[in-house]
Amino acid sequence: MTRATEMEFFIDPSRCIGCQACVQACTECDTHKGQSMIQLDYVDRHTSPQTVPVICMHCHSPTCAEVCPADAIKRTADGVVQTARKPRCIACNNCVLACPFGVPKMNNRMNLMMKCDMCYDRTSVGLKPMCASVCPSQALFYGTREEIERLRPRSQPVNSFQFGNQTVTTKVNMMVPRQSPIDLVDVAASLHQTPAPQTMAPAEDVLLANMFVAD
Amino acid sequence: MTHVAADSIKVNDPFGPTLAYTQGMRLDTGVEPDKLVKTHCCFCGQQCGIQLKVKNNQVIGFEPWYEFPFNRGKLCPKGVKRYLQGAHPDRLLHAYERDASALGGFKSMDYEQAIRRVADEIERIQTEYGRDAFALLSGASLTTEKTYLMGKFAHMCLRTANIDYNGRLCMVSAAAGNKKAFGIDRAANPWNDILGAEVIWISGANVAECAPITTDYVWQAREHGAKIIVVDPRITPIARTCDLFLPIKPGRDIALFNGILHLMIKNDWLDHHFITNHTVGFEAVDEQVQEWTPQKTAQVTGIAENAIRQAAEWWGTASTSFLMHARGIEHHSHGVQNVLGAINIVLASGRIGRENCGYATITGQGNGQGGREHGQKCDQLPGARDLGNPEHRAYVAGVWGMNPDDLPQPGVDAYEIFRKIDRGEIKGLLSICFNPLVSLPDNNFVRAQLEKLEFYVAIDFFLNETARYADIVLPGSLHEEDEGTVTTAEGRVIKINKAVACPGEAREDWRIIQDIAQALGREKGLTFSSPAEMFAELCQASKGGVADYSGITYEKLEAQNGVFWPCPTEEHMGTPRLFKPGSWNPVAQGKGPFYFPDGKARFNVAPYSPPTEDVDEEYPLILTTGRVVSQFLSGTQTRRIGPLVDNYPEPRIEMHPALAQKLGVNDGDWVTAESRRGSTTLQALVVKTIRPDTIFIPYHWAGRKSANQLTISAQDPISKIPEFKVCAVRVKKAVGSG
Repeated sequence: MTRATEMEFFIDPSRCIGCQACVQACTECDTHKGQSMIQLDYVDRHTSPQTVPVICMHCHSPTCAEVCPADAIKRTADGVVQTARKPRCIACNNCVLACPFGVPKMNNRMNLMMKCDMCYDRTSVGLKPMCASVCPSQALFYGTREEIERLRPRSQPVNSFQFGNQTVTTKVNMMVPRQSPIDLVDVAASLHQTPAPQTMAPAEDVLLANMFVAD
Repeated sequence: MTHVAADSIKVNDPFGPTLAYTQGMRLDTGVEPDKLVKTHCCFCGQQCGIQLKVKNNQVIGFEPWYEFPFNRGKLCPKGVKRYLQGAHPDRLLHAYERDASALGGFKSMDYEQAIRRVADEIERIQTEYGRDAFALLSGASLTTEKTYLMGKFAHMCLRTANIDYNGRLCMVSAAAGNKKAFGIDRAANPWNDILGAEVIWISGANVAECAPITTDYVWQAREHGAKIIVVDPRITPIARTCDLFLPIKPGRDIALFNGILHLMIKNDWLDHHFITNHTVGFEAVDEQVQEWTPQKTAQVTGIAENAIRQAAEWWGTASTSFLMHARGIEHHSHGVQNVLGAINIVLASGRIGRENCGYATITGQGNGQGGREHGQKCDQLPGARDLGNPEHRAYVAGVWGMNPDDLPQPGVDAYEIFRKIDRGEIKGLLSICFNPLVSLPDNNFVRAQLEKLEFYVAIDFFLNETARYADIVLPGSLHEEDEGTVTTAEGRVIKINKAVACPGEAREDWRIIQDIAQALGREKGLTFSSPAEMFAELCQASKGGVADYSGITYEKLEAQNGVFWPCPTEEHMGTPRLFKPGSWNPVAQGKGPFYFPDGKARFNVAPYSPPTEDVDEEYPLILTTGRVVSQFLSGTQTRRIGPLVDNYPEPRIEMHPALAQKLGVNDGDWVTAESRRGSTTLQALVVKTIRPDTIFIPYHWAGRKSANQLTISAQDPISKIPEFKVCAVRVKKAVGSG
């Protein structure tokens, strides 16, 4: 059996089919049964069925923990950032606002910040997390680095992200095209780019471009 | 006598649909299950392996089954939440009889009395009007053992010609096409042959939503350089990432395949050796596709000429490939021709029967494959034998211990059964695993026929919309309450295991059928004591037939994680890849890999004809229907599972912004779509991912939200599949809400 420490999480949003299997399976995790810690949304349903799953990236220096005034958010020795400790969490929402990835969610009923803990009950004993177990397209993949290299020759894992002046490195990897020179994803940069026009030119619209037009 | 039951669901209806959510024992963390049962999902034809967690005779959750080779633990949201169908508040726990004064229109009754009444009514109707006046409608979500029993019950016990099944709405066009071209109806290749294909051609298959696990097979190929071609009127999630998207106008698939073959011939992208040695009929097809120039193909299919040329080049010059299709090309009044067109471009390429060279339809229902092999189709006997063939009749009658002359002649298809009710030829009906009021086209007609029946008995675990018209309802079994086998889309026979016992008075479906036979005093041949006993007999009944199961045992299924049929002897390991060069089959006897006496595959001329109901000035738009990922077929199960309903609560009408603008409709507005048969008012989903001349409505809902109020009952003349994928409609902004 592969040792738990060799296993890593890889996300490839380009594979996502929006089926919500991850969201549903997340509610079956024994540490937060009945509640999903995954957000899965359309990017812009009007133009595309593209969806993106958001799970916790498990930062090496978690911003959520750094801004917590009650020191309620702990990171395990193996790098998994956990849901806030119930006795400590004061439900101030600092973490919710500060997380660059938008992961922590406030459970108002319990006055507790809850978040993905990478199915710690499973991953700590060598099992795959629920979401990556079920994901039909394997947009969410849990396995070794050797496996991902063998199975995904077109892409490469990246775990550094730039948000303005803040560089964030994470336990979870994001797959980017192999050819691209990227070793760091500048997330905030796109905020300063000119937004794509609302109406695509026909040439960019694969459906219209590939339709027959009578003379 | 039946009379109108309310199909708009009342709030206090004891039969629901109630939305089940995870609660109680299922929500408690740290509950140690009594056992984990390895079995399969109850929904689609992929039949993913799953382990059900059982505590106190209740399924409380699941654990991925990582070792099952097809899905390796993967599941779609339906598979994840399927356990919520158990211990459900809507579950039928008793037999029921119609009683207008009772809450929900039915009152519970003694099971034995209910069986007695069913038997008496069958006896009365068959005596008064003849044996064929009592019809059976069965389903392809049942285990193969049950489908075998249903065929035997019809043909040996009731001796009625009129049995058919809901695979009529699903797999029959592919089945008929495959039999014409290959002499056998089964996926030619296992899914592993997708992985190394250079080109993957997907026609009319919303893979990501209807066969979600197949997505990973496609993606694995893509990672290693495969080019993906998707043909669909909508940019589905699998189409979003394809390399070439052909936005076809619904109902024109055969024109595209003919146009591709035209270009393959023109450019000599042909496997001459394969065509000469392993096929017949190429010349006639060659001649027929001459007229399908790229220009004409573009005009008819609505696809740009350069995209057609690109697709032909990629397909024509590939050295390995996998072509798959599904209901998108099959649900047509020329569905068989579409399938034959697809097969023609596969045969011309010579890429079949070898590693990474494959072809398959993606079967829809859980037992879509096994359910169409062993005798519940109107013209069929076990082992994929023909009810009209004297030799086949003699063989099966021998196994059953009856005179072949006492077997009825072939009956009619599921839709024709309703037309026979209309004509007064059928007076009584038993249905199981079929919800025709939601799933059949032009369902206002179906409703009218249900009201005409003198007697109708439905077997189900929930009171589906059709069963609301029944006189007697018998409480059957859920998937997890019985054991048996099913055959997957790949042709892999697998074992379904029992996790919990039937609750209340409910019992295994096969026991109910046998109880009826016994009450009729015609129990001969219907006294099985277990599914294993039924399976053993079905193996014998299939022996020597095309779908030969005779070398399969439950033990072998468990030990090998399933067995691909044919498996004719005990030592045989099964046949993952049909048509392997040099392979033996009982029809060709070694002359070739295909199931004809000469061992060769058949090219079939597949002429184009437009849909039965094309658009006109009055009804200027095309309606096409299909599925969403979180719902399944007529929704009897999935519309009762809360988290799945929350994912996609209501059907919406998908339309292109160009069309929406013309209609003055914004996203979310209520709009009415209307055909010559019916109308529905739903909210618009305005997206650029559908052709501007086409609207799409998913069909899982009942009553006023049912897309099948609009669809047309035109059928393919060979397969009798209805034309769910094209009819003419008009759309306008609604006055109020739906």
